[in-house]
Amino acid sequence: MNKGVHGKGSFAPPVNAFLFLIRKGGQFMKPEGQIRIPSGCAIAAVISKEGRRMSGEGILNAMKPMHDRSNGLGGGFAGYGIYPQYRDFYALHMFFDRRETRKSCEVFLKERFEIVQSEIIPTRKTPAITDEPIIWRYFVTPLRSAKNAMQVDEREFVSRAVMKINNEIPGAFVFSSGKNMGAFKAVGFPEDVGEFYRLEEYEGYSWTAHGRYPTNTPGWWGGAHPFTLLDYSVVHNGEISSYDANRRFIEMFGYKCSLQTDTEVITYILDYLLRRQGMTIEEAASVIAAPFWSTIEKLPAEEQKRLAYLRTVFPSLLITGPFSIVFGFEGGLMALNDRLKLRSMVVGQKDDKVMIASEEAAIRVMEPDAERISAPAGGEPVIIRVKEGAF
Amino acid sequence: MVVIDAKDKQSRELNDLIRGAGEECTVTGCCGQRFLGAGMSGVNITMEGIPGNALGAYLNGAQITVHGNAQDAVGDTMNDGRIVVHGSIGDAAGYAMRGGEIFVQGNAGYRAGIHMKEYGKKIPVMVIGGCAGSFLGEYQAGGILLVLGLNAQGKPVVNNFPCTGMHGGRLILRGDVSGLSFPGQVTARPAGAEDMELIAKYVKTYCDLFGGDCGDILKAPFTVVSPDSSNPYKQMYVAN
Repeated sequence: MNKGVHGKGSFAPPVNAFLFLIRKGGQFMKPEGQIRIPSGCAIAAVISKEGRRMSGEGILNAMKPMHDRSNGLGGGFAGYGIYPQYRDFYALHMFFDRRETRKSCEVFLKERFEIVQSEIIPTRKTPAITDEPIIWRYFVTPLRSAKNAMQVDEREFVSRAVMKINNEIPGAFVFSSGKNMGAFKAVGFPEDVGEFYRLEEYEGYSWTAHGRYPTNTPGWWGGAHPFTLLDYSVVHNGEISSYDANRRFIEMFGYKCSLQTDTEVITYILDYLLRRQGMTIEEAASVIAAPFWSTIEKLPAEEQKRLAYLRTVFPSLLITGPFSIVFGFEGGLMALNDRLKLRSMVVGQKDDKVMIASEEAAIRVMEPDAERISAPAGGEPVIIRVKEGAF
Repeated sequence: MVVIDAKDKQSRELNDLIRGAGEECTVTGCCGQRFLGAGMSGVNITMEGIPGNALGAYLNGAQITVHGNAQDAVGDTMNDGRIVVHGSIGDAAGYAMRGGEIFVQGNAGYRAGIHMKEYGKKIPVMVIGGCAGSFLGEYQAGGILLVLGLNAQGKPVVNNFPCTGMHGGRLILRGDVSGLSFPGQVTARPAGAEDMELIAKYVKTYCDLFGGDCGDILKAPFTVVSPDSSNPYKQMYVAN
């Protein structure tokens, strides 16, 4: 059920995305869909292996040279380590279409969570970002009684609550639900979205960013990246050919794809493989970007066995079509390309920092003297972790 | 010589400045601006920083030298001229290139030389000093791709699936290629005397541009890969 389509809120997804007018330099241009804008999405990320907290300004600036890869229909960021004062509480970032929705959603939340803090997410007025919904955040912890009644662990409890809100409360969307992390997203160019959310006021040990150029699906607030669940977040450049096969499989396990765009399913697949199946990140990468059988055949016997097992057990979670993604999680990042490498991705380093971006130019903005610039091969995950105890 | 500072300038503005600069110019502080030098002829451009995607697209005789890395689609559909990169390049370099030369000191990403083509005397050439990513020469229809594999440090000179859909031109690889597999429609053979003459010419140019011992580089074995027939898909379509 795509409840969003029927939502009445100003931020609800448009029935026809092509009705959006693109505003550039203060002038209205032809509607999206009637002009061709040659671009592709942009992604970028940075992480400090030492757990040093960096302001959001750096990642915002990194998106600027990649401006032309987006078309103003979505931009967003995820920051990790940004809420140390609330580190033991789940930070729910939410969009509401109107005040009444927020009120009724708060009733829902109070039945399940202790809310230790509830506030508007601070934003700054900018002409580039308009029609914003009500944007709110709650720092919460599950009520033990409610959790026990459901007989699930804490993370499963939170995950189910998020699914329930996104699918059953019209006009309300949880767009971030992890501890000590948060996503910030909107319709607009990424650099404007970052300014809107006052990103320079946050400090995190890792950041991911996205500039959107929607091809098949509406550009609306909930459809901007990152897509998150618990502390997992995904920014994605590409389009998933296997979306419906992936969606049908993952929806058997209680996930509901409600945000009308393909990337959402990657987040749920990774949550399923990592949290519920208990896989390592490397194993999950071998499921979603499984090597070709012809490539597997050439590997050492032990590795053949491992990869063949993963491909055979989870064929419906193979993601086909072009993608480069950055997957954020508590204490680390993973960068991954589709196995054919149909999208660009570059990695660079400087001191304790590792940077990932669609273009080297973005890395040079963050660190002009970045070293060890490399382009990981298709299907080869690059996993960077913050040292233990530093996040 | 004109020096153009690329800082805070957009692609179009930069290209206008380059066009107005006369026969020679240097662009400093490039940071991702696309299409630099696109379609240009009669100018010698030096670039510092990181020029953006589609550097020298449709290049029509201009000379471009980059002191640094270049991003994706270098020399897209280039017709004539030369692009020299003192660094590495991203994916899909020389996409549908139909003339001119690209020299890369370091590595190339995926799909270098995809759908390069040739006609008559118009034979494009791309020389990659380091290693190339997967799908090198994908759908190659003409031209010469030469990969030297210098500083490979044990890595294969080219990654998986070279020559997929190749139906024209030549792919020349330096060093041991016994670990590589090629598709059925192409044949890999050791370079002959005539091939070596051609290879020596391009290796010499490479060494002139980037340094290195030409004789030393030429000591290694070279393998020439070419399609089995000039029209390998003949049987799939109407005979012509």
